[in-house]
Amino acid sequence: MTIELTPDALDVHGETPADLVLPDRVAGRLYTDPDLFELEMTRIFERSWVWVAHESEVPKPGSFKTTHVGRQPVIVARNRKGEINTLLNRCRHRGASVCEQPSGQANGFTCPYHAWSYSLDGQLRGIPYPEGYEGVLAKGDITLGKLRTESYGAMVFATADPDAEPLTDFLGDVKLWIDRFFGLGGGYPVKVLGRHRFRFRGNWKIQLENTTDGYHFPIVHRSWMASVDAETAEMMSFMTDPTCTTHDLGHGHSVMQMVPTHSDLSADDGTEPLQARFDDLVAELKGTGLDDAAVRKLVHAMHGTGFNLNLFPNVSMSAAFLRVLRPISVDETEIEHIALGPDGPPEVVDPVNRAKLRIHEHFQGPFGFGTPDDAEGWDRVQRGAQAAPTMPILVNRGLARETPSPEGWPTSHVTDETGMRTAYAQWKAMMGDD
Amino acid sequence: MTETTSLRTAVAGVPLTDPRVVRAIELVWREAELLDRADYTAWDALYAEDGTYVVPIDGSVEEFDDVLNMVYDDTRMRRMRIVRMTEGHALAAVDAARTVRTVSRFVPAVVSDDEVVLRSAQVLVAYKRGRHDLWVGDVEHRIRLSETGDRIVRKVVRLVDSEGAPPAAGFLL
Repeated sequence: MTIELTPDALDVHGETPADLVLPDRVAGRLYTDPDLFELEMTRIFERSWVWVAHESEVPKPGSFKTTHVGRQPVIVARNRKGEINTLLNRCRHRGASVCEQPSGQANGFTCPYHAWSYSLDGQLRGIPYPEGYEGVLAKGDITLGKLRTESYGAMVFATADPDAEPLTDFLGDVKLWIDRFFGLGGGYPVKVLGRHRFRFRGNWKIQLENTTDGYHFPIVHRSWMASVDAETAEMMSFMTDPTCTTHDLGHGHSVMQMVPTHSDLSADDGTEPLQARFDDLVAELKGTGLDDAAVRKLVHAMHGTGFNLNLFPNVSMSAAFLRVLRPISVDETEIEHIALGPDGPPEVVDPVNRAKLRIHEHFQGPFGFGTPDDAEGWDRVQRGAQAAPTMPILVNRGLARETPSPEGWPTSHVTDETGMRTAYAQWKAMMGDD
Repeated sequence: MTETTSLRTAVAGVPLTDPRVVRAIELVWREAELLDRADYTAWDALYAEDGTYVVPIDGSVEEFDDVLNMVYDDTRMRRMRIVRMTEGHALAAVDAARTVRTVSRFVPAVVSDDEVVLRSAQVLVAYKRGRHDLWVGDVEHRIRLSETGDRIVRKVVRLVDSEGAPPAAGFLL
């Protein structure tokens, strides 16, 4: 579909939020309108499945982390039976947060204000000086608010909507790609190694789009490309490679395959040479007694998988890390980049994870060789989009060459905007659902 | 050598006016000015060939190999970073915030004729597009003293909000 670049033909007006999203363009207001942001918080972030944790972050009974679902503070805690719950981080008495630690180990949570105490399941256990509540409060009925919590492949999601479809249905064909993603463990389970956090002054959807934007890579990340070894630069040279594709997986989810030969790391046929930069690591691993096949599996997975799996609305599984976004306000967003690596015997996984940490630091974080350049681009989008709120943001790249894959997924080139189109289709469906 | 058991405490009896400490302070102030001027090539010359430059996430750690850091540069990585900051292809560096930093509250933690470890506080204000961002942290410099020129062997910047969410930066701490 060719669109005419005249203002009248392009502008996106509308009475309802859903009118602001067309198949090939969205109104600039989607980045800048505070009223739309408020609606997004209720219609999307309080209805959708929102990623809250990787199971390795809450490894045993009593382990917890604090995070947010949309703007709501929550605690993700593993109870004594090993089940993971997502609890609202808000005392039922006067509303104080009951936990301000980022993560840790606890027997329960006690409000600092009047010492109401709750179990790991959120059940109210104790009230000091209970006489005053006789006849007015039944302790057994009170719990911290609890969100529905379900997991797939160690990825833990929560939703504030008791009627939301089961997580397995929400993920659909994404599950295959989650299975592939954790091939990054090189034959071992995967654990969280650490996280970078940073904020940028822009709308959350600018980041949502970016993870499925292959088009920006050699331009914004020219500085990073120039700093890596030739093999890695070659690996990321996907701009004109027709085998590199993006699939629309439905429900707003998509997968962008930058290095399709690394999409399924278990399908390694052994012909691709391991990168020379890992020669010392290979020697060290062989010294631990691992056989050649096990060493190859670990080192072949050093850069993670060759795709970005972009899940609506808040998480992506990219190469060897998770990108988690948290909307702060219409024009501010917090991002976490969570580094992942194999979990196993220290003599094997420690040297591997040391190398993975250095790879992650090279690109990610407030001082990485990639993240600050991305953030600058996003700041510029937010500033520029203030002009002409009805003038659209174009998401039509590759629309004319989008065709179904054998699996039935709408598919286009990796530099195309197929992933953005499916995300905005989901946005339109959720925002238009009164 | 007058060395204490912990870098977090001061060396008893060594005043800030000790000539070895004064040399270290002069180097730290020179470094601060070069970084505010974004003269990264001259900044590199202040480092020893085995020098490291670290901005950790976990402010309590002393060993950085097995943890994720914001910056963990050996000389090779530091020089690649300088190329990135100066070659004109990095959007963040091309349009970087203007910075002014103050380094003070010096405490000598180790003092010998060969080496000084100096702890200090750094308050940096970064201005860009109508906003002032504050970057505040404890800094530790390990400085090798030499007749041929004093050099930084290790610099660690522990931000007060290192586990929070600072903005992404187009400058160096």
